[in-house]
Amino acid sequence: MSLRTYVFGIAAALFVLIVVVELLRRRQLRERHAVWWLFAGALALIAGVFPETLTWAASLVGIGLPVNLVFFVSIAILFLVCLQHSAELTRLESQTRALAERVAIMGLELRELQSLSPGEEDAS
Amino acid sequence: MVPAFNESESVAAVVREIFSELPGVAVLVVDDGSRDSTAVVARKVGARVAVLPFNLGVGGAMRVGFRYALDNGYEHVVQIDADGQHDPKSIPLLLAELQNADVVLGARFAGEGAYRVRGPRQWAMKALAVVLSKTCRTKLTDTTSGNRASGPRAITLFAEHYPAEYLGDTVESLVISARAGLTIRQIAVVMRARQGGVPSHNPVKSGTYLARAVLALVFALVRPRSSYAVVAQ
Repeated sequence: MSLRTYVFGIAAALFVLIVVVELLRRRQLRERHAVWWLFAGALALIAGVFPETLTWAASLVGIGLPVNLVFFVSIAILFLVCLQHSAELTRLESQTRALAERVAIMGLELRELQSLSPGEEDAS
Repeated sequence: MVPAFNESESVAAVVREIFSELPGVAVLVVDDGSRDSTAVVARKVGARVAVLPFNLGVGGAMRVGFRYALDNGYEHVVQIDADGQHDPKSIPLLLAELQNADVVLGARFAGEGAYRVRGPRQWAMKALAVVLSKTCRTKLTDTTSGNRASGPRAITLFAEHYPAEYLGDTVESLVISARAGLTIRQIAVVMRARQGGVPSHNPVKSGTYLARAVLALVFALVRPRSSYAVVAQ
């Protein structure tokens, strides 16, 4: 491995980590969403700085070509993040739904109250 | 309760008919985010109208109705479709049967009326009927009927847990009622042709109906009990 690829690997991992931390710092990303990205960034940094760890981990799980482990872990993390987003979306959707139902009932009650109050002839 | 989505042509007639059949009842039209004048029309003929800000599907509209009934102390809720398919004459029958049950279905295949379906849709409905009859420990032939009545215990359960998914609303609501220990009965009702609007089931959709029905049923059956068993003791 040339020095150039070595530096490139580290720089890419650092870039990811910096972006995630910066987003966290500005509160544009919540911790529970950031966890996976921090995890991925940290893994990439470790594998970038110490390429032997990657070779070691690959042989540990019986993967011949270490780069395949990188692909596997990347896809696994992306998959989990995707799943988490789907679950989150479902939760948000049911909250929106509950709000809409509440709004419908409040609108009806408001109208009934207005028709009850004697002072307002125009609000029939 | 009348859930309505873009039914301005027929909703007024349905509401008027309910009032003439049963004077003095409260009619709640839940306007499920219609883009037409459904809410205005319904209000004009004297119904109370709850307007949803966007379309939630029948399940969402139903939950609004049950929530409203619960908050305002109504003990019985009868669903009537806004397209005029359900005959308001069925309401007294459904209510009478509610003396012996928590949920009463108005079934379209139980002898009366001329309601027919064919193909995958029919198979799906047959399969659903068999499985749900077992789950509910009573003979049901038309599990996707939207013409039903709910008693106080069912209202409490449904206000919180009425399912929102397509088909879930009819199929899953039966499963959760059975699991919550409610009794379910079925009576025969007459189904009429729609008075207006476009049928919500076209030939293209009815093919996927089977798969969705099975999916809805399977998920209803495997859902953890703890998610709704707390209510209606």
